[in-house]
Amino acid sequence: MTLQVESRSATISEDGLPVEELIVNVGPSHPSTHGVGRVVVHLDGDVVVKADMIVGYLHRGIEKMAENRTYLQIVPLTDRLDYVGSMYANWAYCRTVERLAGIRVPERAEYLRVITCELQRIASHMMGIGSAAGDTGATTMFMYAFDVRDRVIEFFEELCGARLTYNYVRPGGVSFDTPEGWTDRVLRYTAAVRADLDEMDKLFFGNSIARGRMKGIGVLSAEDAIAWGASGPTARGSGVVWDLRKHDPYSVYPRMEFDVIVGDNGDAYDRNRVRLLECYESARIIEQAIAQMSPGPVKADGLARLIAPPPGDAYDHIESARGSLGVYLVADGSPRPYRMKVRSPAFCNLALLPVLAVGHTFADLIVVLGSLDPVFGEVDR
Amino acid sequence: MNSFLYGMLVGLVAGLVIALAALVGVWAERKVSARIQLRYGPQESGWFGLLQTLADTIKLVLKEDITPTQADVPIFRMAPLLVFVPCAAALSVIPFATGWAPFNIASSTLFFLAVPALSVIGVLVAGWSSRNTYASIGGIRGATQMISYELPRTISVLALCVLAGSVSAVGVHDAFRWWWLPVNAIGFLVYFIASIAELNRGPFDLPEAESELVAGYFADYSGIRWAIFMMVEYGGMVAASLFGTAVFFGGGLGVRGPLGAVIYAAIAASIAFAMLWVKWTYPRMRPDQLMNLAWKVLTPMALVQLMLAGIFAAVIS
Repeated sequence: MTLQVESRSATISEDGLPVEELIVNVGPSHPSTHGVGRVVVHLDGDVVVKADMIVGYLHRGIEKMAENRTYLQIVPLTDRLDYVGSMYANWAYCRTVERLAGIRVPERAEYLRVITCELQRIASHMMGIGSAAGDTGATTMFMYAFDVRDRVIEFFEELCGARLTYNYVRPGGVSFDTPEGWTDRVLRYTAAVRADLDEMDKLFFGNSIARGRMKGIGVLSAEDAIAWGASGPTARGSGVVWDLRKHDPYSVYPRMEFDVIVGDNGDAYDRNRVRLLECYESARIIEQAIAQMSPGPVKADGLARLIAPPPGDAYDHIESARGSLGVYLVADGSPRPYRMKVRSPAFCNLALLPVLAVGHTFADLIVVLGSLDPVFGEVDR
Repeated sequence: MNSFLYGMLVGLVAGLVIALAALVGVWAERKVSARIQLRYGPQESGWFGLLQTLADTIKLVLKEDITPTQADVPIFRMAPLLVFVPCAAALSVIPFATGWAPFNIASSTLFFLAVPALSVIGVLVAGWSSRNTYASIGGIRGATQMISYELPRTISVLALCVLAGSVSAVGVHDAFRWWWLPVNAIGFLVYFIASIAELNRGPFDLPEAESELVAGYFADYSGIRWAIFMMVEYGGMVAASLFGTAVFFGGGLGVRGPLGAVIYAAIAASIAFAMLWVKWTYPRMRPDQLMNLAWKVLTPMALVQLMLAGIFAAVIS
């Protein structure tokens, strides 16, 4: 795809006047592109006839950089992929390394991974819903969502010292055990967060203007969702029952009881509301995990400082807040991977924007983009 | 007094009122939005951050006045004035006490409704002369929106003129009877919603929708010219609140003297507060939904109000 704005097509209207498309360049520096996305929008009046998504403004070559680092040094790099949900990339990468090197993870570490990742899901979905709401002008909803998110970030800060890039999940376990009283505070949070979620549901999803803005906008059919490789809330909003926690169970998820939330219509409203409802399920999972967790080690015993897996390749994926996040690693027997490839759900979901936005107005384009919840750190890698 | 001098004086006072409205309005907006959004708002400069807006104004005045090279320079520079002057003119016909308005002209309700509508030209040329896609879209959106909402707003006030038997704002203000309140409930709702839309404020802030159009029609303005657009927004809010109080509530509910003035100010402040409240609670509408609301909901409501007022006026007389 070229970075040049193509020539606009001119047609002669019914009354004999020449009509040109209006080309609006949205981004890479624009309030609603969720980072540095760029969309070149061709407008006929106020209706989108073509939307070209141009990615690459946040490309840092993380997959290439990984080839020059040891397996442990790559974990902080994965933090920078999806910086709204760093725990997921940590975990997906560590699972692949563990599979390559045959490392067994202690049970407590698995529980901590589940707890942190479900907390991360709440934080990430709050960011998603909040910025989607902010795009429609509901800045109050944005602030409410960030209040809920910020409390999760504080738990992570207590746990590992970082608020955004955690480097918490490591090959063979997690970096730290919980601080004193942490699980009790998390339980108090999960008990309280439901009321906040109810409030947000009423404030935003129950508001007639918000419903009018999102209902019937960017409708994605279940078949299209599967054909385009969509995953996560984007696919589930269209009624595709696909959640790796259920359908390719990993870690201790088989012991958890939770529902897979799906939408009916596949519009922007359903995609956003699936995110909200998933936060309730995450709270349920966290409560169960804390109840089932028993004391024990959080790091695998006898793990070499310099992990050098035998030659081979491995792929593993987890359900991130944006969908199926996979990491593929090729090992050549050295302490550095030969190749790393990230299967980014944000990238696959974002590919739907040019399809979903066509036929809607310019204002709807922003709503559709927000409902796909892209994080450009992961899109561009 | 020489009428020319008097006009100059009223113009000056109206300009100052707009500046003051912006000073207090921006502060109130920050504080109210902060309370709604679990924040504190400004609190470091002055008591409760009261001087924050003053500091911002000084900063804006000192900023470079940038004109884009592509812009149509004379029109680009003139546009803020085209928005400011109608707003100041509108303030000069609002009745502030029984029998008194700065300018008591015979058709002042129509003057109040028609003259601010001229700021459509300012909004349109501000967007157009910037030669910026976002600004142009914002200007066009602003023009369509302001023209559409002019109709229900005018009809809702016209109902009062029918009840009062006068198109003078002072006449409507003085003719207030308590039973007007229930009779004009629909009309007041229409006036309130249409006024918000006229002022391009949330949930109807499409012309300046920051998440779509960055800043809309004034995207390319900076410094004091940008500040004038902001001032007009708050000046217009104060004008709409005061005028709404004057005609729908007879100023201070028909009470005379200082108590009436207090009631007048309280009602006007409540209307202005409600405008802030609505803005910080609701998301923004889409252009086509906005048009539907104006033509399919508010205009019929205003017509019903006009009919009601006609029936009551006929029955009473």
